[in-house]
Amino acid sequence: MKNHVWRPLYIVIVIVGVILLARTLLVPEDFGIHERGYMYGWHRKSNEAEWKKVRVKYKTAKVCAECHVDEYNYIKASGHASISCENCHGPAYDHPQDPVGLTIDRSRALCIRCHSFMPYKGNIRSSIPGIDPEKHYPQAQCVMCHIPHNPKPMNQKREAKS
Amino acid sequence: MINRREFCKKAMIVAGGVVLPLTLLEVFNPKRLRAERDGQGKIRWVFLVDINKCVGCGFCVKACKIENEVPYDANVTRTWVERYVVTEDGQTFIDSPKGARDGFTTQKIDQAHQGMKEINPEEIGKAFFVPKLCNQCENPACVQVCPVGATYQTQDGIVLVDRSWCIGCGYCVMGCPYGVRFFHPVYHVAEKCNFCYHRISKGMKTACVDACPFGARRIGNIRDPEDPVTKIITSEQVNVLKEEFGTKPQVFYLGLSREVK
Repeated sequence: MKNHVWRPLYIVIVIVGVILLARTLLVPEDFGIHERGYMYGWHRKSNEAEWKKVRVKYKTAKVCAECHVDEYNYIKASGHASISCENCHGPAYDHPQDPVGLTIDRSRALCIRCHSFMPYKGNIRSSIPGIDPEKHYPQAQCVMCHIPHNPKPMNQKREAKS
Repeated sequence: MINRREFCKKAMIVAGGVVLPLTLLEVFNPKRLRAERDGQGKIRWVFLVDINKCVGCGFCVKACKIENEVPYDANVTRTWVERYVVTEDGQTFIDSPKGARDGFTTQKIDQAHQGMKEINPEEIGKAFFVPKLCNQCENPACVQVCPVGATYQTQDGIVLVDRSWCIGCGYCVMGCPYGVRFFHPVYHVAEKCNFCYHRISKGMKTACVDACPFGARRIGNIRDPEDPVTKIITSEQVNVLKEEFGTKPQVFYLGLSREVK
């Protein structure tokens, strides 16, 4: 067979070889078909471990109760019992090491997430004690009068009553 | 002198010879055979949303954004809450300002360029809040369309995105019928809810479940018959979103109304 036939064939073989070599070098060893089969499980296996390593920021109220047991029991006996500490106090991260203190959200915007009244019949939002944020002391912060850990109206701060 | 017939024959033999050994290895790959045999696993994460309990406070959205490092002020979020207000004459108004990151604090409904819609409370027939998140479908359309294998499903049913592998083509963002995918503003790759994979694999619950004061969100393992979520899904009237797409979504809704899309 003549050279002019083989020469382009050699070039093709070399190109295919280079592509295969590059592929083995570039594709990680754990990349392939895993538990969910070819259609849904074609991936780099070690990425699963990378996702599991994401830092946990919200440590849940149980962790708060390990130290702040009095505060925990106080709010658990109130109407706000179902609200997780971190919803208002912010994510714990590795408190008390990092950060040492937490930033408490005392804003009006936080309270009206639930307590801005909605006239929705049949929806439990309308059964939560609610205000019209534009009419109910719009200049004031809720915590100036109300106690978030013990929110019944008769537990309003003494200064507010006088 | 080689003729055309000879050339075609030889070229096919050479090409076949290069491809065949690779495909042979693929068919007899023992790892793959093992994986297919043991494909079942003991865990399959599912989610249960009780629409009757949701008040639209948005604590779930806030917690999700912080827990999963989604930029807080960017208008993207892994989970969101929609408000549906259906008037007595049958009109439906839907909004989700900032994905309900700050909750629903006004009765006015955000109708985008048409402004804020005020509805007379007397005219409201029904209104409810619908939390949305990734459905971790059994047949995830977003995974099928990925051209590079950057998004995939784990054995326990969670669809993840490999940030170092994603090329940002956006096929998955378009492919998801539920619109849960978006581009991460920092990493510039596809981003989605993964049921807080780092938390559930440690035995914790997702950040949104822990943040919900009303128990509207729950996560469970459908393969565990004793799991309270499994018991509800198998014994009560639950529904899923867009069943007609055949994706087999694994987020179940209690109290789903037909207005919800």
